[in-house]
Amino acid sequence: MRPVQNPLAISRRDLLRKIGVSAGAAMMYQAMSTLGFARESDYRGPIELSGAPKGTSILILGAGMAGLVAAYELRRAGYTVKVLEYNHRAGGRAWTLRGGDEYTELGGARQKCEFDPGLYVNPGPWRIPYHHHAMLDYARRLKVPLEPFNELNFNAYLHSSKAFDGKPQRYRHIYADYHGHVAELLSKAVNKGQLDTELTAEDKEKLLESLRVFGVLDKDYRYTKSFATSESRGYDSERGAGQMPPPALSTPIARDALLKSGLANYLVTPFDYDLTPSMFQPVGGMDQIAMALYRDVAALVEFDAKVTAIDQDERGVSVTYVDARRGGEPKHARADWCLCTIPLSILSEIPVKVGEPMLAAIQSAPYEASVKFGLQFKRRFWEEDERIYGGISYTDLPIQMIGYPMAGMNQGGKGVLLGGYVWGTNAYEFTSMTPEQRIRKAVELGAQIHPQYPAEYENGVVVSWHRSPFTQGCFANWSDDARGKHYENLCQIDGRIALAGEHASRLPAWQEGAVLSSLDTIGRMHKKIVATA
Amino acid sequence: MATPLSAAVRLCCLMAALALSSMAVRADEPPPFSPPGSFTDMGHFAHQDGATLFRAICQGCHMADAKGAVGAGYYPALAGNQKLASATYPALVVLKGRHGMPAFGDYLSDAQVVEVVNYVRSHFGNQYPDALTQAEVAKLR
Repeated sequence: MRPVQNPLAISRRDLLRKIGVSAGAAMMYQAMSTLGFARESDYRGPIELSGAPKGTSILILGAGMAGLVAAYELRRAGYTVKVLEYNHRAGGRAWTLRGGDEYTELGGARQKCEFDPGLYVNPGPWRIPYHHHAMLDYARRLKVPLEPFNELNFNAYLHSSKAFDGKPQRYRHIYADYHGHVAELLSKAVNKGQLDTELTAEDKEKLLESLRVFGVLDKDYRYTKSFATSESRGYDSERGAGQMPPPALSTPIARDALLKSGLANYLVTPFDYDLTPSMFQPVGGMDQIAMALYRDVAALVEFDAKVTAIDQDERGVSVTYVDARRGGEPKHARADWCLCTIPLSILSEIPVKVGEPMLAAIQSAPYEASVKFGLQFKRRFWEEDERIYGGISYTDLPIQMIGYPMAGMNQGGKGVLLGGYVWGTNAYEFTSMTPEQRIRKAVELGAQIHPQYPAEYENGVVVSWHRSPFTQGCFANWSDDARGKHYENLCQIDGRIALAGEHASRLPAWQEGAVLSSLDTIGRMHKKIVATA
Repeated sequence: MATPLSAAVRLCCLMAALALSSMAVRADEPPPFSPPGSFTDMGHFAHQDGATLFRAICQGCHMADAKGAVGAGYYPALAGNQKLASATYPALVVLKGRHGMPAFGDYLSDAQVVEVVNYVRSHFGNQYPDALTQAEVAKLR
């Protein structure tokens, strides 16, 4: 999850812009993840914290993934732990909205989720890659069941409002036809001797052989309507049995129309390292892992605690907070040490007694705009009418994506779509609307892809992350420049205070980043405590 | 860094501006989208006039009345904000960002920055007579 501007190297920025221009926000966002950040999780198994000095207290600010993991591990290690949380719930961005849930965004607009029982939307993180080892380990240790999240669905749509008269195209058609046409063109060039300076005779032979398989070309290296290409891209009418009619072969999209559409630029999206199989989601909603952690430490957590100042001296840390819902007199929490997981967008507006380098780091992370919709429909028409089971459709419309539920597939009944997952300029524009306006617009736009929308739509919720009272944005979108200048300072232990969260990781916006940051920081804090005891 | 708008986006901007000039702008009216065109140019706002830019971008956080909002942290009010006394300050914040606020320098042309800064400095109880110019914005980039 990482979008737009990251100026460090001009070349990188230009490359990103080019990708953005040719392929849109979704692709841009995918590309960011591969270019600048080390994505591999560093997790090396459960953390070992032994020899905690008796009676040492640690105050944790924030009960999102970073705070909950810290509370869970530090309490087990023998520390006296207390957690202050602004919201009236645990989990932070690891959050699931279900029927009956209420959400009031900044500005006061209140939404009540009216989903049917069992239906939900994850307004924050919604998928866990196989290489996010820490997240998977916590799910396993806490016995949170997972199910597959299929990012790629060959029968979902790629859609451009400016191509094919606005008619959405099946991913499998664009995929097969793009490969077919590219293979045909390349084999033409080879056969005309146009690559003779590049290839030996044997290379040419091997290349041609592979292109024929790769592109499903005929014996003359042509990509045409045939039994073979229909076996690849699908039939126009399905194969039957007995006296049922034979299948109708499908016709590949013409090369020029395909190229003009630009839809091939979306093909690579599900092949990003962060999005390839296997991916997972917790059964019942993304908050399930956070909730399992929370159950273990619930007695330590105080909700509705709005932190207003963080102070420290050589003997300990003092945090001032007020009741976020009722107000009243400021309260104080004292501890020997403090792990602060408050997002930098919030922390930068709170007086914190740390040195200038860490303070500068806290003030240097822009928080990205993003918007997510959950829309409930009377029936699962995407499955019943269009045979789309899970996965994602991509569009150049401002909603940018439609995500199909991975849970309850083929069970009939109602369903909740991710009615949009928006980045970039469109995310600001959606955020500037009221929730009702946003949802109306998302339904109106989605109808261009699924005409069933207006008749089947029942209710919806929307989370615009810049309007979130507890994060004021989606995630810390460090520029390479700012990261280079501030990241080390952000990750220090300043006296008795240390920070943790996705903002202090190289996996921005991912829960894995928050968890690794938490583990890395409490490990160092523990060492320091033991050394100075 | 100024990024020239593509011809297609210019056309869309022109059309959006024409459409807007013929209708009364109400505070509760949804902002028009930047051209649905992730394919052509996802990185630019289409609108050109200050009021529409404010409604499409700024009010997302600073709210329609420009009074800001308070949660765990806060978004500062732009209404009656004395920090706007110098046009350079809001121009710099728009171009480069500040704290959690993202930079809009890559999203907006010099002319758009001028429009939106001048709009905010002359509305919401702000009455600063001096106007920001494109040349000043270009220098600040």
